[in-house]
Amino acid sequence: MSSVNNSKEPLLRIAKRDGISRPKAYAIRLAAVLLSLVVSGIFIFSVTKLNPVEVYKAIFNGAFGTPKRSWVTIRDTIMLLCIGVGLAPAFKMKFWNIGAEGQVLIGGIITAGFMRAFGSTIPTPALLVLMAVVSILGGCLWGVIPATFKAIWNTNETLFTLMMNYVAIQLTSYCVALWENPKGSNTVGVINQATKAGWFPSVFGQAYGLNVILVLALTIGMYIYLKYSKQGYEITVVGDSENTARYAGISVKKVTIRTMAISGAICGLAGFIAVAGSSHTISTSTAGGRGFTAIIVAWLAQFNTFVMILISLLLVFLQKGAIQIASQFNLNDYASNIITGIILFFILGSEFFINYRVILRGGKEAEHK
Amino acid sequence: MKKFLATLLALTMALSLAACGEKKEEAPAETPNETPTEESSVSDVKIGLICVHDINSGYDAAHIEGLTAACEELGIDVDTQVVFKYNIPEDETCQDTAVDLAEQGCSIIFSDSYGHQMHMQAAAEEYPAVTFVACTGDLAATSGLSNYKNMFPYTYESRYVSGVVAGMKLKELMDAGTISDPYVGYVGAYPYAEVVCGYTAFLLGIQSIVPEAHMDVQYTNSWYDPPKEAETANALMARGCVIIGQHADSTGAPSAVQEALGKGTVAYSVGYNIDMLSVAPDAALTSAQNNWSVLYKHMLEKFLAGEELPTDFACGYADGAVMISALGGSCAEGTQEAVDAAWAGIKDGSLKVFDTSKFTCQPAADGSYQVDADGHVTSAFGLDTNGDWVNDAGEAIEDGAFVESVLRSAPYFALRIDGITELNNN
Repeated sequence: MSSVNNSKEPLLRIAKRDGISRPKAYAIRLAAVLLSLVVSGIFIFSVTKLNPVEVYKAIFNGAFGTPKRSWVTIRDTIMLLCIGVGLAPAFKMKFWNIGAEGQVLIGGIITAGFMRAFGSTIPTPALLVLMAVVSILGGCLWGVIPATFKAIWNTNETLFTLMMNYVAIQLTSYCVALWENPKGSNTVGVINQATKAGWFPSVFGQAYGLNVILVLALTIGMYIYLKYSKQGYEITVVGDSENTARYAGISVKKVTIRTMAISGAICGLAGFIAVAGSSHTISTSTAGGRGFTAIIVAWLAQFNTFVMILISLLLVFLQKGAIQIASQFNLNDYASNIITGIILFFILGSEFFINYRVILRGGKEAEHK
Repeated sequence: MKKFLATLLALTMALSLAACGEKKEEAPAETPNETPTEESSVSDVKIGLICVHDINSGYDAAHIEGLTAACEELGIDVDTQVVFKYNIPEDETCQDTAVDLAEQGCSIIFSDSYGHQMHMQAAAEEYPAVTFVACTGDLAATSGLSNYKNMFPYTYESRYVSGVVAGMKLKELMDAGTISDPYVGYVGAYPYAEVVCGYTAFLLGIQSIVPEAHMDVQYTNSWYDPPKEAETANALMARGCVIIGQHADSTGAPSAVQEALGKGTVAYSVGYNIDMLSVAPDAALTSAQNNWSVLYKHMLEKFLAGEELPTDFACGYADGAVMISALGGSCAEGTQEAVDAAWAGIKDGSLKVFDTSKFTCQPAADGSYQVDADGHVTSAFGLDTNGDWVNDAGEAIEDGAFVESVLRSAPYFALRIDGITELNNN
């Protein structure tokens, strides 16, 4: 039929890209960030009639306005990064560890428990090492349980790890009730407020210096582990295809359990850093949803731990900025969340344009790079 | 797999956004970090207030309005000199917030919830030149810090008087033969002294009119949870409670009572913090209220004058710090007279809310109080902050009454009296 040739092409088609050069990928990401700023600028202006530039200044001010604020931003970035680094091996193996929240809390509870129990008997340096070890073991256990079930009985790890979170949250609530101080406050309060026993010491005059050092060391270590070690290679193979892994003689069970042990251990350590290095208390908000946010960090960075630093910083920066603009311009709290949402939407959306290209009607079929 | 990934990402995004949403706070424009001085003048004093919820919670609204009113009376410009921070949870966020306020140049910082106090204390240690006041808190006296204070009104007085209002209604219903059992329900937040003190005073107020009245208390384990408070009120009404009192910060319970009343259940509500007539025009009798502006004004006046603030500051009806809201149309005849008489008695001291001859307790298992053969309390701990069953603040029974909010500003009456059943304290 002659009409075949004349049949209308769709207005736009979407085709998978064969590959994209690194600079081009980053150009797309940058364009996404700029575009998101423009769109949220339009949103800000249409809803509030405020000057978007002033609002962006306030966002920056909220995150880095004073040295104290900068350090709080750094502290929170480091926490998010630490959990992201913990999640990286699990997700690279395509093991959906949604349980970081719980693994962090378990590490936190154990740290808080030891801090309370041994604060007056064990000197702080020894206590810190002890707390680090037990929190690692705790987080490790919390990760190994679902991994073992997955490896042996092929249970669904997404649901299993998710539900382990609720167990950890209930355990935390129980401990908060048990350790309540002062009685009747429903909080544990600041542990060892007077003696500061079991608290991270200041490094270079910075209260959170040790947090930064520990987590950066982990970040570098994990980068090397994933990229250059034999175990890291095994994780990649298992993640890409379990059958290939079996064919190559890799024990999928062993790799699954071992990788989740590492993932859980780092999340447990994150709990230790959160309690001993920053809040000096424990509550269900010690993890504060970071266990979930860190999944975005790990994925967006495509498991490159150095890129994770940037992503964590961006997310924390946006959060701190949102808090600031909500107040400074007396915006409703939700307004600032919408701005954060727009920016994240564009950044996540940019990944689509990196993997696919849009062909307009009449556009060239084979676009060359 | 791709689809799953996309869903997963969307899910985590939603979750993390929700997590972001939990931490809302408020902070106006920066001012340079000026070192606060001991003596501040009206025009350059900067005040911070940390609220556990926002203006939607009656309790926080009372604080916000109280501080605003106090500032207006003192000539402090609320828009430029007061920084409000809302929805600050009772965890380390409070310390971060207090530090941020101090860095912004606030020279006096208030917090409004009991669980904030240790984090306020930590900030007070870090910023000795700034004054920190935790509203409800009992650690200032033992903290050894000169810049850390506590304050709270005599809320138990208004609880008692709101109980008188409820008692009058019960009596009317019983006289009319509508009900035979003076059964009272109470929606409590947590099984803590502040709540125990409040509901005990409430029941004692009711018993001053209807001596055989008895009460069930059910806890919601949250200061502010409208659906749960409504649910709890419904559960209590289902048990046969005719009066629903509350120590929880929302309009959940009064709304539920109004709905039940509309469907024919005989039930009336006594609220807290705010006038409940707007949500429960027929069911609301009155609300026990705090007038925080009196306390804020007292502290700020002393602060501006450069005087040392009292470590524990508490005052009551005599100073205008507590009251009850306007009586609802459903109140019994003669209620206003009974209320006036109770206030007069409280003011001149002839009426003691926790008069030990008016209630009985079972002997204490832990030794925190002693009772005589009839069950009347003869001696009791003032305060036991750390739960070690050692009295931390002196004898609480004086001249045949439990002295509340005198040894510490925060309520510490935690005796469980006969006639009150806690349904879910475990």
